[in-house]
Amino acid sequence: MGKPNDLVQGTLDLLILKTILLEPMHGWAIAKRIQQVSCEVLQVQQGSLYPALHRLEQQGWIKAKWAESETGRQAKFYSLTAAGRRQLETETANWNRLSAAINLIVTEA
Amino acid sequence: MRWLAQMRMRIQMLFMRGTAAARLDAELRDHLERQIAENIAAGMSTEEARFAALRAFGNPALVREQTRGTWSWNWLELLLRDVRYGVRTLARTPGFASIAILVMALGIGANVALFTIVRSVLMKPLPFKDPDRLVRLYEQSSDGTFPFNQSAAGVFAAWKKQSRSFSDMAMSGYDEYNLSGNGGQLPEAVRSAVFTWNMLPTLGVEPALGRNFTADDDRPSANPTVLLSWGLWKRRYGGSASILNQTVMLDTKSYTVIGVMPAWFAYPDQRVQMWTPLYHENAPLITDALDDHEFTAVGRLKPGVTEAQALAEISVITRELHNQHLDNPFVNKDANMRPLLESIVGPIRAPLHMLLAATGCLLLIACLNVANLLVARSAARQKEHAIRAAMGGRRWDLLRQRLMESLLLAGAGGAAGLLLAWGALHWFASARQDVTRVEAIHIDGAVALFAVGLVAMCAAFAGLISSPQDWQDGLVAWLQESSRAHSGGRRSTRLRAVLLALEVGLTVMLLIGAGLLLKSYAKLRASDLGCITKNVLKMDFNLPEARYSQPACVTFFRELLTRVRSSPGIEGAGLVFPVVPGDGEGGDNGFEIAGRPPLPQGQLRDALHRWADPGYFAAIGIPILRGRSFDDNPETHSDEVIISYAFAQKFFAGEDPIGQHLITLGRKPHEIVGIVGDTRTASSDPPQPTMYFSIYMADWVYSTDYLNAASLVVRSPSDVTQLSVPVQRIFQQMDRDLPVSNVLTMDQVIGRNNMDASFNAMLLAVFAGVSLLLAAVGLFGVLSYLVAQRKGEIGIRIALGAQREQVLRKVLLDGLRPALVGLAIGLAGSAAAAREIASMLYGTEPLDAAVFGAVSLTLLAVAAAACVVPAWRASRLDPMQALRTE
Repeated sequence: MGKPNDLVQGTLDLLILKTILLEPMHGWAIAKRIQQVSCEVLQVQQGSLYPALHRLEQQGWIKAKWAESETGRQAKFYSLTAAGRRQLETETANWNRLSAAINLIVTEA
Repeated sequence: MRWLAQMRMRIQMLFMRGTAAARLDAELRDHLERQIAENIAAGMSTEEARFAALRAFGNPALVREQTRGTWSWNWLELLLRDVRYGVRTLARTPGFASIAILVMALGIGANVALFTIVRSVLMKPLPFKDPDRLVRLYEQSSDGTFPFNQSAAGVFAAWKKQSRSFSDMAMSGYDEYNLSGNGGQLPEAVRSAVFTWNMLPTLGVEPALGRNFTADDDRPSANPTVLLSWGLWKRRYGGSASILNQTVMLDTKSYTVIGVMPAWFAYPDQRVQMWTPLYHENAPLITDALDDHEFTAVGRLKPGVTEAQALAEISVITRELHNQHLDNPFVNKDANMRPLLESIVGPIRAPLHMLLAATGCLLLIACLNVANLLVARSAARQKEHAIRAAMGGRRWDLLRQRLMESLLLAGAGGAAGLLLAWGALHWFASARQDVTRVEAIHIDGAVALFAVGLVAMCAAFAGLISSPQDWQDGLVAWLQESSRAHSGGRRSTRLRAVLLALEVGLTVMLLIGAGLLLKSYAKLRASDLGCITKNVLKMDFNLPEARYSQPACVTFFRELLTRVRSSPGIEGAGLVFPVVPGDGEGGDNGFEIAGRPPLPQGQLRDALHRWADPGYFAAIGIPILRGRSFDDNPETHSDEVIISYAFAQKFFAGEDPIGQHLITLGRKPHEIVGIVGDTRTASSDPPQPTMYFSIYMADWVYSTDYLNAASLVVRSPSDVTQLSVPVQRIFQQMDRDLPVSNVLTMDQVIGRNNMDASFNAMLLAVFAGVSLLLAAVGLFGVLSYLVAQRKGEIGIRIALGAQREQVLRKVLLDGLRPALVGLAIGLAGSAAAAREIASMLYGTEPLDAAVFGAVSLTLLAVAAAACVVPAWRASRLDPMQALRTE
């Protein structure tokens, strides 16, 4: 299992955007969800997660809202903005093209 | 919509940063607690769960920093943090900070002030339309002594008529009028100029009020008209527009005021307060003359015509005139030309550039000094830096903080310096009304930009030069070196020595420049004008021709002298025209000597002319060497002349001039009746051949000419200024409407004409003094620091038996070495720079040995004084104590 930093540059953004596509989530849940969905392959560490979340928020792709969480405490929930949705589409397309290309090379040999 | 979200985010991050920071902490804490909860759920104990979560989380401080790094305005936050840190560091050493700021303020202030002057005076375009198309036209005297001679009106007329290179061409000259008072005002002598009617259109200027002259105004037969300056209009007529088309009395003739010029208009110079039409004010005899070089011609080049083409054209015209009048050697052969701006500011270019260079040196010295102080501090803080670097502070962060410190110093210095410059410029503008274009001096945007640039440069210079070891030395070496501290900071010591040597070198250059100018000024002051200057007062007056015929003038002169001489406290009184000694050339005349063959064509005999009353020589103390003064018989006055010693030497070498005749002033013979001592036209000029005629003479060049103006000189055995009012009262009693002007003691006349020399010398002396002080402080600082650093080493030496005298000598030499190197650099630099100011020196060689010697000795003495205290302290070290304090 690779270290979280090994995530391809820029992929973390894609993962975050994709993860919160369906419902607003807080940071811990996002990390957890990525871990679960990837069958424990991808582990996002806080040192990468929070800077990424805040950067996406500064850029206007996602927005944050403080709300009561399932534990009854206040937590910061991130959700996609309209621009973030479009960004997700673009990045998904990019990813598909890139991974297909890499696959081609890797399987060719 | 995305930009809207971004904008909202930015505003939030700017104004609600504290909330955002608290929320980030909450967010991270929330994350940690969830992790702990999960761990407990997985079966860990509370303690275990907590540690595991923390381990997984990593360094919370780092996560926080990195997250904040993504926020907008993060750079601003870092900057503010650096500023806060810098301010705190500087505030911890207020002595150092205030000295450094003061030093910077002096350097930046002086530079901003001088840059403002240079920019406003030398570089700013003239405030006329398309000023770069304006040129000034000159004649060139045939013997080459005056390459930029004024123009004769007749030559100007030929240029104007025949040339094709100019879209317009105009001419001006100087004049002075007695402006009569009305309604109880005092009469006043007003400096004025004559303009041809097209002068203002040529310059592209219009009156602020009223109209310009018309061609009809500019004829001898026209009704007299006058334009007023803004200042005169405000001061004397209360700025009322009703003055237009009113008449004012000038020299008792009535002139119609047709307009008022804008406040900024100052042509030909800023002292002129009214303008009259040239051809109306001057007789055709003068306006037709080809050999009377009285006027200043200005031309506007046609588009596409180069200066060289225009000059070639007017040169040909001038040459033709010359060839048509070969019998008159005063009709010049050549023409000359230069841009109008150059003709106005040319003479003050060299002194201003010198002062600018001097302030540049001062700033460099200031920067070096601040850098020096910073080096000393950084050496003291090496350990702190090493620790910070070891804790993960990046080099760039450390350097940035160093730069921020020096930027704070330079910024505060720059702000103070700008104030200083503002004050200095105000003082300059009021103290030096005589400086060309002084009215154009203002601090503007470009100057502010220059100041900001200076601040940035000083900050970078002082900050960078003081921190090279930050990236040269390894961290470990730092820690090791400072832990032992015996030969600690060797590198920074060497750096400081180099900086000091440079500083001393620049100081030496300033000292030598100041020394040369001061010596030159002292020589100027000491130069003998050839007459008594102590307790002599002079005042000018001008009898209006309309009311004073020739006999009336003579009567007035005689009556005035009788009354003044009989007043109490007066030792002597006399009249002279046009100028007293030391007050300029005054004018000259060609002459021939009776009985000598005429000179070959193109050559001429020429001497300064003066008109004086018989008692003038005794009154002002010009000795009569041979012969006599004019006698009191008015009949003979018109055909007598008195010559100066230099005249006799030059034109009558080995002959007795007495009794010979000069043919001059309308080609009439004048008998030489006496020889008087030489006088100078300026302190800095050698005596020139001079001829004196009687002020009572009836007719000179033209039969209608007579003298109606003069300077009265009055000498007293005690304080002559007390006589100023009584003497002026005598004028008032004789003619209520007659103003006297330029009431000055001879010392003031000389002082006024030597003002540039004294101003430059004083200013440079102040700069040099400041830099000497800075250099001394630098030397003292570096050596004190050195001794403190080497306490241990010196203690060991003494403990091992080194004599205290040896220690003293060694430390002293260590300190003096950079001073000596600097002295050598400075002397070499001065030798090169002194040549540049050679033109500003009088009676002083650029490589004056006395000045160079005195400066060297002064510098060595100051350096030794600065070094002796730390050296003595070193030699008094108690070895045990020194070693124990390690």
